[in-house]
Amino acid sequence: MNWYAVRAIYRYEMARTARTLTQSVISPVLSTVLYFVVFGAAIGQRIDQVEGIDYGSFIVPGLIMLSLLTQAVSNASFGIFFPKFVGTIYELLSAPVSHWEIVLGYVGAAATKALVIGVIILATAGLFVELRIAHPFAMIAFLLLTCITFALLGFVIGIVAGNFEQLQLVPLLIITPMVFLGGSFYSISMLPPFWQTVTLFNPVVYLISGFRWSFYEVADVNVAVSFGMILLFLALCITAIWWIFRTGYKIRS
Amino acid sequence: MPDIVVVDDLSKTYPNGHSALAGVSLAIREGEILALLGPNGAGKSTLISTICGIVTATSGTVTVGGHDTRTAFRAARSLIGLVPQELTIEPFETVRATVEFSRGLFGKPPAPAVVERVLRDLSLWDRRDSQIRTLSGGMKRRVMIAKALAHEPRILFLDEPTAGVDVELRRDMWAVVRRLADTGVTIILTTHYIEEAEAIAERVGVIAKGRILLVEDKDQLMQKLGQKELRVELQTAVPALPAEIAREGLSLSEDGGTVIYVYDRRGERTGITRLLSDLAAAGLTLRDISTRQSSLEDIFVDLVKENT
Repeated sequence: MNWYAVRAIYRYEMARTARTLTQSVISPVLSTVLYFVVFGAAIGQRIDQVEGIDYGSFIVPGLIMLSLLTQAVSNASFGIFFPKFVGTIYELLSAPVSHWEIVLGYVGAAATKALVIGVIILATAGLFVELRIAHPFAMIAFLLLTCITFALLGFVIGIVAGNFEQLQLVPLLIITPMVFLGGSFYSISMLPPFWQTVTLFNPVVYLISGFRWSFYEVADVNVAVSFGMILLFLALCITAIWWIFRTGYKIRS
Repeated sequence: MPDIVVVDDLSKTYPNGHSALAGVSLAIREGEILALLGPNGAGKSTLISTICGIVTATSGTVTVGGHDTRTAFRAARSLIGLVPQELTIEPFETVRATVEFSRGLFGKPPAPAVVERVLRDLSLWDRRDSQIRTLSGGMKRRVMIAKALAHEPRILFLDEPTAGVDVELRRDMWAVVRRLADTGVTIILTTHYIEEAEAIAERVGVIAKGRILLVEDKDQLMQKLGQKELRVELQTAVPALPAEIAREGLSLSEDGGTVIYVYDRRGERTGITRLLSDLAAAGLTLRDISTRQSSLEDIFVDLVKENT
């Protein structure tokens, strides 16, 4: 195991975050604050409690997931796409590192960043609304697994993407709608029956539901199912990466 | 000297059917400077990329320091430093950070003293905290060399190190290469500038259309294949060569003022004595005589022409 290489990649990626602090940390935090102001304070006052929880508090897990998912995906995808784009990937390919060491470095850094942002948003939320975390360990587990899984997904996107447009496309056209329609701002039980069924095909529903359960013990689907689903995603992403490296798809000629 | 890199029957055919390498075998000796000379598209970069692990070979094997580059890729690759042809370098990093990154990537623990020495050797120490995008082209290229040397490799591959570089910088680069060679690093460089191979290489390999045409000591190559040219300037120009002195290799310059005789210096008899006495017998008065050894360029052009 070439730990020095993993560390080098990890530190390099974290240094990139530090260089782009505004873009990496401040902007997701700012947009979350805006969500609180708009949905929590302005609109929330006119909405009754959802499943016995104040609306402002109810949306916190969903908001954290929204940032977590987008940040994990965009950081990891950009992290591996950029060397491909500028050509510095030659160094990774000629270095004595295994594929999984490369993944560990990039995905580890992207997951760390997403986690840090998630925690910052959680703390920010605490300033606006009353927070209660019923199952802290489950919450941390969901947080970690989500960061890792979506960082892996981002890594796959970064490798497959041929240009900057494609790199932006997946987060923009798939992830954001999935999160918004995945019950970030509402309970699925508030939907008509037909849409409740449709929603169950949205993987993000399971993440948000499970994550919210760890806060308030209310869930749209059973928490065990949520947990199973995220592990399934994790397995899918790992399989995709394994296949990419085995075939050299889009990286090695 | 023992061979440090052994390439055996290496072939690379791309999915589109293009054959970039067609059965290349090559042994690189420890500590030498080997120049791989060939026209654009000859397969030089593919060969280097395959040895370094960037391109997967279709068939054949490569061992580096005795380690197979596929089955023992860690051991093999940690001996190698690669400077690619393109100036591909992260623009927003600082010089020192990027060199430290390379060292880590190649599995070496942090060593500020080594990094400092590498940067000093390449005259980059004063710019160690500068962002790379603020450096000149020549400095960027040196940063890439610094990155390749950061993990103290025993073999350095330089792919077209002076392509698109001005004359002064080229000489500067050659000096860098010679200094590195003095420290015992094996250096393989590709070039399509014959002048470059002639100036710094100890051995020269000629590659064209994915094949190695020959690998020879540079001096021997020049001697072996080198023809010499004898130029005899005449006191007064003649309209044509007198029939009695005509022989193979002999011609007259356009203005009729110089007799040119191309001969093989390896030959038992060069025919110079005979020619000179025949010239005198024909009544031609000589003003000056000079000889010229054909350059690597002439040899190269001949070889590539013959084989393509």
